[in-house]
Order: sequence, then C-alpha cells, then structure tokens
Amino acid sequence: MLAAPFARAQQAQLPQLMQLLAHRGSARATFVEKTYIGIIDRPLVSTGDLSFVAPDSLQKRTLTPKPESLVLRGNTLTVTQPGKRRIKVNLQEHPEIAAFVESIRGTLAGDLSALNKFYVLRLTGTMGKWRLVLIPKRQRLSRIFSRIRISGSHANINTIELDQHDGDHSVMVVTQVAASR
Amino acid sequence: MILRRQRLVLGVWLALLLACALVIARTRFVSDLSAFMPKAPSARQQLLVDQFQYGIIGRLIMIGIEGGNATGRARLSQELASRLRRTGIFLGVQNGDSATERRDREYFFDNRYLLSPHVTPALFTVKGLHAAIKNSIDELSGDTGLLIKKLFARDPTGETLRLIGQFGGSSEPRSLHGAWASRDGRRAVLLAYTRAPGTNIGAQARAIRTIRQTFGQLPGRQADSRVVMSGTGVFAVRSRNTIQGQVTRLAGASLLLVIFLLLLVYRSPLLLALGLLPVLSGALVGIAAVSLKFGQVHGLTLAFGTTLIGEAVDYSIYFYLQRAGQLNPGHFWRTIWLGVTTSIAGFAPLLFSGFPGLAQLGVYSICGLIAAALVTRHVLPALVPTQLKLRDLSRPGFVLDRILDLATRLRWLPLLLALAAAGAVFAHTGKIWNRSLSALSPISRADQRLDQQLRSDLGAPDLRYMVAFSAASRQLALEGAEKAGQVLDGLVHRRMIAGFSSPAFVLPSRAEQRARQAAIPGARLAGKRLKQALAGLPVRFSSLQGFLSDLQAARTRKPLRRADLDGTSAALLVDSLLIHRASDWLVLMPLRPVDSSSETPLDVKRVQTPLQATGLKHIVVIDLLAESTSLFRNYRNEVLLLSELGCLVIIALLLAALRSASRTLRVVTPLACSVACVTAVLLQSGIQLTILHLVGLLLVVAIGSNYALFFESGAQATSPPERRRMQVSLVVANLTTVGSFGILGLSSIPVLSYIGTTVSLGAFLSLVFAAILSRGKAAQEPS
Repeated sequence: MLAAPFARAQQAQLPQLMQLLAHRGSARATFVEKTYIGIIDRPLVSTGDLSFVAPDSLQKRTLTPKPESLVLRGNTLTVTQPGKRRIKVNLQEHPEIAAFVESIRGTLAGDLSALNKFYVLRLTGTMGKWRLVLIPKRQRLSRIFSRIRISGSHANINTIELDQHDGDHSVMVVTQVAASR
Repeated sequence: MILRRQRLVLGVWLALLLACALVIARTRFVSDLSAFMPKAPSARQQLLVDQFQYGIIGRLIMIGIEGGNATGRARLSQELASRLRRTGIFLGVQNGDSATERRDREYFFDNRYLLSPHVTPALFTVKGLHAAIKNSIDELSGDTGLLIKKLFARDPTGETLRLIGQFGGSSEPRSLHGAWASRDGRRAVLLAYTRAPGTNIGAQARAIRTIRQTFGQLPGRQADSRVVMSGTGVFAVRSRNTIQGQVTRLAGASLLLVIFLLLLVYRSPLLLALGLLPVLSGALVGIAAVSLKFGQVHGLTLAFGTTLIGEAVDYSIYFYLQRAGQLNPGHFWRTIWLGVTTSIAGFAPLLFSGFPGLAQLGVYSICGLIAAALVTRHVLPALVPTQLKLRDLSRPGFVLDRILDLATRLRWLPLLLALAAAGAVFAHTGKIWNRSLSALSPISRADQRLDQQLRSDLGAPDLRYMVAFSAASRQLALEGAEKAGQVLDGLVHRRMIAGFSSPAFVLPSRAEQRARQAAIPGARLAGKRLKQALAGLPVRFSSLQGFLSDLQAARTRKPLRRADLDGTSAALLVDSLLIHRASDWLVLMPLRPVDSSSETPLDVKRVQTPLQATGLKHIVVIDLLAESTSLFRNYRNEVLLLSELGCLVIIALLLAALRSASRTLRVVTPLACSVACVTAVLLQSGIQLTILHLVGLLLVVAIGSNYALFFESGAQATSPPERRRMQVSLVVANLTTVGSFGILGLSSIPVLSYIGTTVSLGAFLSLVFAAILSRGKAAQEPS
C-alpha cells in the first residue's frame, strides 16, 4: 500500500473492475465443478454450461452426472430436475439463497451495490489477474458458508470457490465460450 | 241456533290456535345455510355434504391480518398464533412458523422407513442399496447438494427427499418475515382449525369471537391493523346472525306497513284488529304445520310470513265489503274460494321441491292460506258487528274508477310491453340462468370475494377432482387408500393425471408399516449388504453407521399412529382426507389434473374404471364442478317443470270455475304479460335468474290471479258503486302485497331479496294489467 504511486497502475480497483464487468454484458461459458464433501472420499465432479444475459438472467445447466438446470430470472430461481417436480423459489422470501445467488450474478453484472448488500468485499491482484473475496455480512449466511472467492482476468471469470462453514468446499472452473453481445 | 253454531266455531278456532301455539312452543327454529341449499340427491353429493359436516373443511377458519407493515404483520401473526394455540379451542393454528416447519421435517426424517413407499425388500439387496446410494451421491454434486448433504450420512438412500417430493402439488403460501403472507404480501395469513365441528354454530361463533378478542389484545398493533376471517364456519355464523337479525326486522316492518294501510283505509282500530285475525291465525297454523311436517322451522320460512300477510289481509278486506252489504255474498265467496284455490295451485309445486326451504315455504303458505280463508269465512262473521259501518270510500272510488277508465284505453300497452319483454328475454338467450349455486348463498359478494382471496393466498388446493370411498375402520380406510394409490400411481405414470394426495402418504396403514418393517434386514445382514453395496462408491462403511442404527430402530419400533402427527401440518392433511362419520370412515383423495385449466377436463370415467377393479366400497371419482353444475341444472329443470305444472293447474281451475275460454283468457293474459315484463326487467338490469326468481314468478301468477279474478268478476256481475268499492279494496290489497314483498326485496339475503323483488314488481304489474285487460268490458258498458 505504501508503494502507492508505482503499484496503483497495476493494482485492481473495485469500482473499475465492476464497471468493466458491467459493460461486458452477456456471456457464455462451460464449467467443471469439483465438490469436496467430508463424508465422500473423492471430489464429486459435475460439468455443464453457464450463460448470463444482462442484466439479471443467469442459467446454469448441469449435464453430468445428473442433468438439471437452474435458471435465475429477476427474483425467481427455478431448479428443474428431470423426472422430478420443478422447484421455484422467490428470492425475496429466501434471503440466504438470494445472497448466495447474488454473489455470482452480482459479480457477472458488475453490480457493486448488490454485492455490498450481502458481503464485505476484498479485491487483490491486478486487472489482468484479480481475485475477489466475498465474506458474508450476516450471521445466518456465514453459518452456511464462510467465503466465496472469485478469480478472473479483466472481464472474464476463471474460478469460483465456495468455502462452507463445515470445511466442505467446491471449486468451479469456468471457460468462456465466446463473448456474445 | 246461529249463536250456538257460532260458539262452536269460535271454540274450535281457539282450541286450534292453542294447539298450534303448543306445537310452536316446542319447535326448533334453525337459521343455517342448509335449507336453501339443495338436498344432495346422489351418494356422491352426500359425500361432499358429509365432508363439510364432519370433516376439517367445516372446522377451518382462514384468518388474514391487514394494515401496518410487513414485519409488524408477521409479528402479530406469530403472537396471535401462539395465543390462540394456548386457548385450547383449536385443533391447530398454522401460520408457517419455523417451529411447525421443523416438526414437519423431523416427522418425515424420523419416520422415513415407515413412511416411504420405496422401502421394500428390493431396496435392501446389495444391488438396491448400491443404486440408491449412487443416486444420492450424484444428487450431492447438483445444485441442491448443499441442502441435502446433511441428510446423507443417516439417509443415504434418499427417503426423506422422496417423501417430501410427494407433496409437491400443494403449493405453500409464500413466507414473509417468517410467517405466511398473501401473494401480494399485503396480508399475513393464518389457518385455524376448531376443535368443535363446523355444524356446532354456537362453538364456531365462540371461536370467531375468541380470535377477534385475542387479536384486539395483541400489543404493538398499528392504528390500522385489523383481522379478517372466512371459512365455512364463519359463513354459517354470519348468515345465522344476518337471518336472525333480518327475519324479525322484516316481519315487523311488513306488519307495521299493513297496519298503517288498513288504518288509513278503515280508520277503525276494531276493524284493524279483526282484519289481522285471519293473518295471525294463518301464520300460527302455517308454522305449526311446518314444524309437524319437518321437525324444525327455518328462520327464512318465518320471513316469508310476510307473503301470507299480503294475501290473507285481502280476504278480510273483501269480507268487510261483503258484510257492509255491498257485495253479493254467494258470488263473493265463490270468487274468494277460486282465488284461494288458484293460490294453492301456485304454492303446491313447492311441496315437491328438492330445496327443504322451498318445501317448507309451500307447506307454510298452503296451510296458512286455507286457515286464513276459513277464519275469514267462519270466525269473522261471528265477531264482526252485523251492521258494519264502513268509512265512506266513494270519493276515492270515483277517482280510481276515472283513472281505470282512462287506463282501459291503453289496452294495447300491456301487450306491446309483453312483446318487447319477450324480445328482451330472447336477446338474453344463453345467459338467462345463473349457474352457480353460490348465487343462493346468503353470504354477501364482498365476503365471497374475501373467501376466494384468502383461499388462494393460503394455496388451498383446487379440489375439483376427487376420489372418494368409505370403509368400516380407520385401518381399512388407510389400506383402501394405499390400494387406490397404487392404481393412481399407474395413472400418473401414464400421464393421465399429474398427481394425487392420500392420507396414507403421512399415515400408512398398520399393515403397510409392518410390511416395511419386515423389509428391513436384521443388523448383521444389513451391515454385510451395505459393505458389499459400497464397493466402487466413494463412501466409507464407517461413515454410514448412523444409517444402520436408524434402520434397526425403525425395524423394531411401534407403528405410527394418528397421535404421532400432532403438531405437524401432516396431521391436518390426514384429518381433512380421512373423515370419521357416524358409522364409518370417508376417504378423500384429491387428484391433480395434467391440464389444470378447465379447458380439457379430466375424463372421470377413465379414472373410475381401473379404481372400481380394486373392489373398494362405493368408490367414486367426482368432478366437483360438473357435479354442482348438473345439480343446479337438475334443480332448475325441476322447478321449471313444477312451475309449468302449477300454471297449467291454475288455468284448468279457472276454466272449470269460469266455464268460459274467453273469460279465462281475460284472467290469464294480464298474468302472462306481467311475468314476461318482470323477467325482462330482471334480465335488463343485469340479474341472471336463479331458481328463486322462478319461484317468485310462480307466486306472481298465484297472487296475481286473485286480482284478475276480482276485476273479471266485478266486470261480470256487479253494479257500478259495488265495482268502485271493490276496486278500492283491490288496490289496498295490492299495496299491502307489493309493500310486504318490497320489504323482503330490500333484504341482503339473496333468497329473500330475489323472491321479494320479483313478486312485488310482478304483483303490481298484475294489478295494473288486470285493471286494463280484465276490467275492460265493464268499463265499456254504460253505467
């Protein structure tokens, strides 16, 4: 921090990053997610694709091992599992789910106020290689997960890591398909 | 000689009145909704009535808290719910509080091996365990993994989730700040179930009062905080209060009106008192007759007492004229009897009505009219001074005669109006009838709207389609529900229905629970198989010890009973679908259609056929909407047929008595014109006709025929002064009828207001048209 004049040119700034993300708009990507659960001996791997349509639509489609889809549109989150009933969740009624969902959508949309509402934000690194750490503000939330770490390069997101309160965690590696505007 | 005969008549009359008074003193007066709802004629409709009488639906009170802000409402909801639970008069109070949700989750988790239909010997084979555990692991990697991973160590085969999945169809109300709220979030909503059955209206009234008082005592209410309520019990209490309040007021108002009119005309308290004798005697005899025939008297029947006042007062009015020496006695009584007979012919069809209330009205009116006529004929002569001095009515008589003479020139008017009316009715073809039975319910539109809102707020399931059957015991009922459930599962699989609810989902039969327990292997065998099943799966045997010990506990525990459900919302599910009746148990299994819009209704027969193969007693599939529509159609057709018969009998009577087709036509034409005009007026003012409008039209004919007869007979055989007097009395009689029915028309109870408006308008038009058409000939004769 004291090496300010020189470092500042390199150091990523939150408003700047958010603006960059906000201007990027819609995006599509594939993902590979590894979930580490204490009781299961090896990480569970799932794959699929993600798409974000600005300003507030996010779709996560899991293809393996079990197809399912998660669609977030406005305030409604819909989870569809083949052969099962569709689950619809109103985010206003479920603040915990809303907070979790907003961490990803808020980042993709560059919505600083949405992120600030639920999290204490800490940004490190440079714009070319940044890491954003989100720590839940509310106790009800931090009892479920202790932090979310998102890393990226400029307007691209590379990984999303979730550390759960009980020590379980997951890492999602995201690969951009093409920028669609 | 005459005196002795008169003494005898008076003695008989007084003895009869005394007997009636005794019967009435022991009569039960009721004012619930049922009398003007049709008697359920078929077994399937009886099922529905039972559901209201014994089931949870009658005990349900939906509560809404309005005003203030959302957090405030949620807090009031929590406080109200916990206070109401402590009163002990409710089986349960639900408001989506976290405690009940926790109990629900615990119930399903703790009892999963007795509840899950997936628990079969096949599940506990090495292959079965492997597949089920692998499936759960796959789900852990999904989006809901975070929520379900806590369950995995003790429930690796995923029974808890499968159980909860069964209830996907019933949409819960939305939750706001930890309490249920309406869709728009402006109202906190709660459900309370009274311990007393819905038929105990007194207890329902107490429960409603308790809710209101408890809410009034809650601390921290905003100035505009208020509580609203709805439900079958609330409706019953409200309609009882409305009926009780209005019956007395309406009857009192009618009586005052008649007294006022009679005083105005006769200016003699003695004549007034005597004039009311036939009316009061008729009312006493009518009530006693209804009591003897039906065992009870409905409050609304009493309100119709005003109908008698209207007609029976006419008799004394005519009688005074006769006694004053102004009417030919033989001719006079003939006309009176013909009038009584046509009126009875008009009321008689009601006796055969499927509506108990209408049947009561029929008995009441017929017995009352006969009694009133007999009292006029035999009792009044003994009491009224032989030299009766009537007030001189010749001046108003002349004026009226002049007006009527002018009116006679308007002979084309009634016919033209009738023609226009027929055109208007024709223009409404297809939308003449109000098809919903709720149009007859004494519940105001606003209350019905509130009821619908609360129902949709609470996500109450749409109960249009239902499987119903009965069984001798609770266990047999649950076994039957399981049997039917298997058939329904097959239909769900073939996508004929989307799903169904069953009491056995949350409380399986003892036999089924035993079978599930028997499917669980013993401790050593279970351990051995689990070890083998885990081969190739990323889970260690040691981490699933909780699963193994839960299995053994489930295997040897006591089966679940209804009492184990207490405090969960599943208890209410069982109580609403498994209903204890007087001698057996009724099971209801609501079906969810694939297409929930009513455009492609579920084919009830295709569901019914495979269900009947199960051999369950009286198993039926009910389409509630179709059922109530056909119920209404049947009753409408019934009343329509009876009304037509009534009209035919009246015409036949007139033909027989008048012995002339043209005279009969002169009596009938004004009646037909007025019926057509009343129908058109109702339709034009946006009212769809109900069965009660139809009954009202029948009464128009029954009552109106008297006016036409008197005008007609006046035209036939009387001198001009006599005719003038008769005309005055006819107008007075008509005013009493129009007035007393008009007062009924002001009632907020649809049953009363429909008949009241129809008859008052119809009776008035009958008089006017009769004056124009039936009187015509006499006016043309030189006087």
